[in-house]
Amino acid sequence: MTSGATTTQTIGFEIARYLPGEDRAPTLRHYDVPYRPEWVVLDALNYLKDEVDGTLSFRWSCRMGVCGSCGAMVNGVPRLMCAAFLRDYLPGPIRVEPLANFPIERDLVIVLDDFMQKLRAVKPWIIPGDRPPPADAEYRQTPAQLADFKQYSMCINCLLCYSACPVYQHEEEFLGPAVLALAQRYDHDSRDRGNSQRHELTWSDEGIWDCTFVGECSAVCPKHVDPAGAIQQAKVESTMDWYRSVLWPFGRR
Amino acid sequence: MRRSPEPVFWSLFSAGGVVLALIAPALILATGFLVPAERVEFDRLSAILTQPLARIAVVGLAFLTFVHAAHRLRHTLVDVGLRAYGGPIATVSYLAALALTAWAALVAFG
Repeated sequence: MTSGATTTQTIGFEIARYLPGEDRAPTLRHYDVPYRPEWVVLDALNYLKDEVDGTLSFRWSCRMGVCGSCGAMVNGVPRLMCAAFLRDYLPGPIRVEPLANFPIERDLVIVLDDFMQKLRAVKPWIIPGDRPPPADAEYRQTPAQLADFKQYSMCINCLLCYSACPVYQHEEEFLGPAVLALAQRYDHDSRDRGNSQRHELTWSDEGIWDCTFVGECSAVCPKHVDPAGAIQQAKVESTMDWYRSVLWPFGRR
Repeated sequence: MRRSPEPVFWSLFSAGGVVLALIAPALILATGFLVPAERVEFDRLSAILTQPLARIAVVGLAFLTFVHAAHRLRHTLVDVGLRAYGGPIATVSYLAALALTAWAALVAFG
């Protein structure tokens, strides 16, 4: 591509279309979109929906990598469509498919129910326990206490990590990278006393122990949460706890 | 609380990883390259390695190494799609590690 007459040039797209009840399986359909170097894949899809085919379905909201709605497979890699620039995929075509490992609602829209149910199951909120928050003042944390969980709190639930995870692909029961990282986020919050309530699930075979540390979750994470690191950290903690419970059975909980 | 037995295997796997990635290369580097060949005498090494504690340490290193390999093999096989046979694969893998450790003990104490 030469610079200059960029508006007259086009870039090809192969976009997965699927309407349950009518189509037996998703099929790729070809579209041509005007090429603009500042456009991202989401811009191209919005152009198509506005100008070419209003039935094209996809989720999006913020356009700036905060809401986590616009995840899709771009050329086979889980990406936020708002962060995937057309200029990085020259000369095209760009293949856009729904996030892998999820049932498809329609076109690029996936069914989130499994993730939502698992997220709820690990109680991703602060459980104060028998030390309720002070009534007349804010809860204070040191910078070190904040740093202990802040990275995990950056998760935007975009599910790119679930699409990249080969364990989740084979094992539906696996809680998965984002849920385990978020459980770790609350376990490590100094205000939280809910660890034991979460560990029954997160330290089980369907939790951290299903993970084989492939690390693709952290490779695709757009917010640098490092779910693989969170799971490894939890494995160490669970193992220490196991040995403590065996070697030091007195005065436990 | 539903306890997973996995912490036992995972901690042995981790310890084996330390042996394989750190201790073994360090030993190989020291005895194979850093110390001049003429200084490494069979009689001296043999005298060190045939002490009872040294024999136990050698068997221990071998045990951790084999458990590490067994654990990795088990999870690799499961990851490539043999999840349905996860139980038997785990049993065979760890039994193989124990058998190889027994063999190492025979050599070390033989």
